[in-house]
Amino acid sequence: MNDHSHTHSAAGEVSSFLLTVPFLIALIVYIWAAAYSKRWPFYRSVFWTGGILCALGALIGPLAEKAHTDFTAHMAGHLLLGMAAPLFLALAAPMTLLLRTLHVNHARLLAKALKSKLVRFISDPTTTLFLNIGGLWLLYTTSLYAAMHEHTFLHVLIHLHVFWAGYLFTVSIVYIDPVSHRRSFLYRAVALVFALAGHGILSKYLYAHPPDGVPAAQAEAGSMLMYYGGDAIDLVLIIVFCFQWYKAARPRSVLA
Amino acid sequence: MNDQRKYGKNQIHYSARNLWSGFLFGIGFIAFFDEMVFHQLLHWHHFYDKSTTGIGLVSDGFFHAFSWLATVGGLFLFADLRRRHALWLKRWFGGVLLGAGVFQLYDGTIQHKLMGIHQIRYVENILPYDLTWNISAALFIIVGAVIVLQTKKEISYE
Repeated sequence: MNDHSHTHSAAGEVSSFLLTVPFLIALIVYIWAAAYSKRWPFYRSVFWTGGILCALGALIGPLAEKAHTDFTAHMAGHLLLGMAAPLFLALAAPMTLLLRTLHVNHARLLAKALKSKLVRFISDPTTTLFLNIGGLWLLYTTSLYAAMHEHTFLHVLIHLHVFWAGYLFTVSIVYIDPVSHRRSFLYRAVALVFALAGHGILSKYLYAHPPDGVPAAQAEAGSMLMYYGGDAIDLVLIIVFCFQWYKAARPRSVLA
Repeated sequence: MNDQRKYGKNQIHYSARNLWSGFLFGIGFIAFFDEMVFHQLLHWHHFYDKSTTGIGLVSDGFFHAFSWLATVGGLFLFADLRRRHALWLKRWFGGVLLGAGVFQLYDGTIQHKLMGIHQIRYVENILPYDLTWNISAALFIIVGAVIVLQTKKEISYE
């Protein structure tokens, strides 16, 4: 019994370490680049720091500990890692900062890579919608959720997926960084509605059909947190999206 | 001087946008009202009713998602009309009533009754609640349609 919990926490430490370090490095590199770059807006650094803190809040500390046994805590972590952190990080325009900071030759190579067909494919809202919402359905409606708590490797992989799918989805809907393959507002709005709906439907489904090994009471509280918390974060995403339309659709001629 | 006429021209040019802005906001507003009053404050509605059908869950999910985007999008369209000096409040309000009425009628008939999402209130005699709900929805639609048709007449007079 003791042994079992011991190996569990050791594995937990390994996965926390593997997941945390990249975020810490990202924080240091960004702040360094922001200080190095001339006139980089301060609020963008605030967004970046906020996003990193959201991710860390889900990966280490009391919430991450509790998430192993408590579905509501797991869901709070999911909202932080898969939705709040990506939104904050996207608003920090990391690619713009990177392109500015890199040596001009490297920046050109990166810009060229961003125009590639692969990037076009994985940054299309339809793709990111499936990666994001499809991944969640797979996680919570199959035995994957239970398996995640048994295997460290799976734990790391799923958390990486939740974060990256959330990030790719966010940047495929709102264009903060330069985008070479732009999609129309209507196309993105439709993808956004499908994503919101997929998230909401899954929340209500989980309310009645808990994942393997999750008690009913926890599933109810967790799914309601998923539903309303998701709505709150999505509201910010929707406002940013509509504001971008408002700016893009401004009248060209001067009105009296 | 001739500002008055110029604004009128903008309103007519953007008459469809006035209607759509109101319609979207109407859907969003009534869905928000439903969530706030009946789910959160009164606790009449259930988050999930065990008799909800699969299709009901999907329909509810899509309408909820759409209404969330519609609320914000409708308001940004409103702001856009204002900056173009094209806001036509009467037509916009007609759109609000139409949007609210259409959504409430859909919610009250197809979603509540046919798909069994959740009932308005869990009481023995639900009929008065259903009647109030759907008749008020029908009234919204009728008044909204009258206003929209009236403003449409004003367009053709121009």
